[in-house]
Amino acid sequence: MSRYVRLLYHQLRASVLLSAQYRADFLIDAAIEVLWAGLAVVPLLIVFGQRSDVAGWTFGEALLVTGFFTLLQGVLEGAINPSLTAVVEHVRKGTLDFVLLKPADAQFLVSTARFSPWRAINVVTAAVIFSFAFRHIGAPPTAGGLLLAAASLLAAVTILYSLWILTVSASFYVVKVDNLTYLFSSIFDAARWPASVFRGGLRVLFTVVIPLAAMTTYPAEALLGRLSWQNAAIAMGMTVGLAVVSRLVWVRSLSRYTSAGG
Amino acid sequence: MSLARTLKATPTLFRVGFAGAIAYRAELFVWMLSTTMPFVMLALFSAVAAERPLGRYDQRELALYFLATFLVRQLTGSWAAWEINFEVRQGTLSTRLLRPVHPLYAYAVDNLAAIPLRMVLVGPVFIGTLLHFGVAWLPSSAALWAALFAAVLGGWLITFLINAAIGSLALYMESSVKLIDLYLVGFFVFSGYTIPVDLFPSWLSALGDVLPFRYQIALPVEVLTSAHGEGELSRLLLQQWGMVALLLTVTLALWSRAVRRYGAFGG
Repeated sequence: MSRYVRLLYHQLRASVLLSAQYRADFLIDAAIEVLWAGLAVVPLLIVFGQRSDVAGWTFGEALLVTGFFTLLQGVLEGAINPSLTAVVEHVRKGTLDFVLLKPADAQFLVSTARFSPWRAINVVTAAVIFSFAFRHIGAPPTAGGLLLAAASLLAAVTILYSLWILTVSASFYVVKVDNLTYLFSSIFDAARWPASVFRGGLRVLFTVVIPLAAMTTYPAEALLGRLSWQNAAIAMGMTVGLAVVSRLVWVRSLSRYTSAGG
Repeated sequence: MSLARTLKATPTLFRVGFAGAIAYRAELFVWMLSTTMPFVMLALFSAVAAERPLGRYDQRELALYFLATFLVRQLTGSWAAWEINFEVRQGTLSTRLLRPVHPLYAYAVDNLAAIPLRMVLVGPVFIGTLLHFGVAWLPSSAALWAALFAAVLGGWLITFLINAAIGSLALYMESSVKLIDLYLVGFFVFSGYTIPVDLFPSWLSALGDVLPFRYQIALPVEVLTSAHGEGELSRLLLQQWGMVALLLTVTLALWSRAVRRYGAFGG
């Protein structure tokens, strides 16, 4: 275990050093991220300019969902996306060999291969959104709410990571998968809205098939102190289930790897 | 690069582009799936407008608006910015420069050649819309259909020219993929793709009127769903084509300067 902690430290350090070389990128990245987050609030402003509440959510409450969305987008772009895009490239070129030869778990190695530390700017943006939201709501979150929200956020990150592993595993079968990652991002975009605005088929899709609800809506509900125990339990079960399934699929897909680009 | 030669090469370029779209049909299909955002927005706005209409939009108007948005996006798509970035980095732009046809023209034809395959998805959605909502919402005269054609063509030209301009910048900054992200931010907010632009507060729509995005999606959609009277329609079309002329001038100038910097490296 301590070996993996040390490995993680070294991988992180390498990424930080690499990013420090491209400081101009940081400025562009940061500008884009802040702009994205700012403009992401525009639809919210327009909708709530017309209505005081939508599907049971007030402006401040919906802003919390957007905050969690921004946070998770930071995690996705900063910690998950860069590494896993590299895997797709490895599979296509056949250079995954070099990773597989190393005496550590391949999934761990590829998942920690590359970070974009600058994307941490999203944490700051999310903090600003949260403080706006709570000023609007008028009451700070309770300690219990914070704790439950932290736990749900951890679950959300796990779900996000597992879904990504599943997407990337597909690259062992279909090779050219870079647009699958684009598809994933565009579906994830729906997570910026509280899940209760969706009805019928879309609601089933976003709560069960692609559990967007568990990623942004449940943490927001936890902060507001109205996440039901039933939903919390379902989210935890789904998290564990997805983590296990994605691991199994990864191992199975890896056995299909033929090296030398295939 | 004479006009006659370009015209003579056009059918072949179309055939090559179409064959490419067929060869990468799975990829094209995934791209099309990632343009289903209008349906998510439709679900969202329907929930908002459940009790009373939102601006001029009741449930039916919203459904028509977002279905039209989906159709227009399929017809006005361009991915030239990604393609140019890739070819600059890999050095494969060289082969395009050797051909006696303007490279931007070849990229443009490439994008247009994918439209027949996109019809596989556009057709059923359009027919389904007609079956469900009837034909009363469609443009009612030949002049309006001509206006629709002009608006869709203008929308595609703006999309393509912005793509080509961003692609040209790749020759200055090695990779302009980040600029594509920046462009997409503006597109998602101001084009009408995710929010009907007439729901904007007045200060925001004033800003949207001078940016190109509104003329990419919102205008063709408004013509298709007959949202404007004659006067307003001609004013907007005029502004759209003014935008096309401006972008055409800027992009061509930018490309011809940028291409001199091309080093044909990569591999």
